Amino acid sequence: MVVLAHQAPSVAQRCKDAGAVAAIALLLGIPMLGLTTVDQGGSLLVATRWPTLAIFVALCFAGRLLARYAIDALQARARRRPAATLLRPGARHQLSLWLGWGCFGVALALPFVFSDNRYIVDTATTVLIYVMLGWGLNVVVGLAGLLDLGYVAFYAVGAYAYAVLSTQFGWGFWQALPVAGGLAASFGLLLGWPTLRLRGDYLAIVTLGFGEIVRIILVNWTALSGGPNGIASIPRPSFFGLPFKPGDDSATFAGFFGLDFSPLHRLIFLYYLILALAMLTNLFVSRLRRLPIGRAWEAMREDEIACKAMGMNVTNVKLSAFAIGAMLGGLAGVFFAARQGFISPESFTFNESAIILAIVVLGGMGSQLGVVLASLVLVLLPELGRDFAEYRMLLFGTAMILIMIWRPGGILSQRQPTLRHRAEAGAAP
Amino acid sequence: MMLELSAVHAHYGHIHALHGVDLAVQVGEVVTLIGANGAGKSTLMMSLFGQPRASMGRIIFDGEDITALPAHEISRRGIALVPEGRRIFPRMTVMENLQMGAALADPTNFDVDLKRMCALFPILDERQGQRAGTLSGGEQQMLAIARALMSRPKLLLLDEPSLGLAPLYIKKIFQTIRTLNRDHGMTVLLVEQNAHHALRVAHRGYVLQHGRIVLSGSGRELLASPEVRAAYLEGGAGKGD
Repeated sequence: MVVLAHQAPSVAQRCKDAGAVAAIALLLGIPMLGLTTVDQGGSLLVATRWPTLAIFVALCFAGRLLARYAIDALQARARRRPAATLLRPGARHQLSLWLGWGCFGVALALPFVFSDNRYIVDTATTVLIYVMLGWGLNVVVGLAGLLDLGYVAFYAVGAYAYAVLSTQFGWGFWQALPVAGGLAASFGLLLGWPTLRLRGDYLAIVTLGFGEIVRIILVNWTALSGGPNGIASIPRPSFFGLPFKPGDDSATFAGFFGLDFSPLHRLIFLYYLILALAMLTNLFVSRLRRLPIGRAWEAMREDEIACKAMGMNVTNVKLSAFAIGAMLGGLAGVFFAARQGFISPESFTFNESAIILAIVVLGGMGSQLGVVLASLVLVLLPELGRDFAEYRMLLFGTAMILIMIWRPGGILSQRQPTLRHRAEAGAAP
Repeated sequence: MMLELSAVHAHYGHIHALHGVDLAVQVGEVVTLIGANGAGKSTLMMSLFGQPRASMGRIIFDGEDITALPAHEISRRGIALVPEGRRIFPRMTVMENLQMGAALADPTNFDVDLKRMCALFPILDERQGQRAGTLSGGEQQMLAIARALMSRPKLLLLDEPSLGLAPLYIKKIFQTIRTLNRDHGMTVLLVEQNAHHALRVAHRGYVLQHGRIVLSGSGRELLASPEVRAAYLEGGAGKGD
């Protein structure tokens, strides 16, 4: 047993460590805090604020000292805990199963509990859109290991497909859904085909470019997409043919069920719609993972050459991952367009791709439940942070850094084997 | 004839790695290909799978010209490769690795084949649910061999299976090759730097140098040959040519 590494650092070491942090704080603080500009009689003068800087550096020193103590204490406690009390993989699987069902239960009950709170239902819908996008991208990035920085392109294709089909050809939501999904899948193939030979960083750059190409086409192809003005008054989905409109006749949702009209009906319907779409996605992806194609994706993520040697057609494996991931993104896009009623290229910037990718990575590559937890964090944090105004993104960044420090593999990094240990095979010698 | 290479040339970009190699493997044989680092052993092995593709010459497997087939089609014809450096799927379990090996095989054979592998490599049986990346090097090599065998190949290609293994495991690996050949009739093409072990287990051997076959003969002949002894068995004390 290595004892040296476990020894607590001496006071001098701690001071040195905190001193280093304070020095960095000083360097950063001189331009940011130490110097400031003041407007004096129309001209800008540089003033100094040394006392503020001194307080800042002292705070950093003390903060680092305390943080270090806290981390060491936590780590020491974790080491003292006997291994037997740590969760076995089986128990961990059980726990995540319960957690998953718990989340689903909460999601089902949410509109009942907050049936009069428009804001909460709306935010929950947004979370679910990201959950669905995360599950879709998880196929490409988490399972197949293909780094895709342009995932938002498929989201955009789905959204615009529905917008154009509904406003110009009068298609309904349910008619447009499969068509838009298919269109997004073919865009997935379009991206997958030229990038078959690329990996890692190179693939990431091309996918990044692809996302931008789609966005720029949408901005410039005014005849189809309305350019930067976007497409407005996209029809909302109806409840099996019953529109959400005020009116007492039986041709509207409220009238048919004898309810008083409320704009919340549609919101709650949209919420359940995306919940259903997301759960279907989840079911679909977790079934796929257990099928040969899913295992092939994972094997390809692990080692492409070994896959080829095993007789796997890596081309098909890659293209199927791109197409299925893209299709799921496209379906989410259709929902997005139907919910917003208005879309423009501004909703499909690289920032969006980055957030979806962050959800997959922070959740733990390949973990379905991790995506849910990460979406909650990444969507709710900026929402909760609205009170902090301009410090919102600071909060967001801090949360991401903390996750990466404590859970470097993502919130749920434990991969579940798709095959359980087989007793009958194990029993035979 | 199981496998026949005639006048095969291969390039890596501008580097001419193979200069007209002739090599044959008969059914039921263990054939070894020995040579120093950079002689082109692994290139030859990979060019069987078209990576890099043979720029000249022909590769015939089981009576069929496979020179131009894509890699996955070649392995579907019944060639299984145990790649250099093992290349198991580290984050997948032992069981899942074995299942990947059987991905293209008849699924009804899976349980029978799994039992066979567990009998051949008892350690894999014990470690079925464990992540393959946590196995030791020797265990990973056994897993790589078992994974390749799960597809019921006609020809097993082994690329430097003893690389980086402890002596005990090296012995075990060569023992396994012998067992596979003798008891299961497996035809094996073995690429090795460990000439001593390889020649002892092989029926016939080829010596590759600078992309050319410079010597061939039975395992025993090559073991006794002064050139081989000088170049590959006695720490390279001789001139090598």
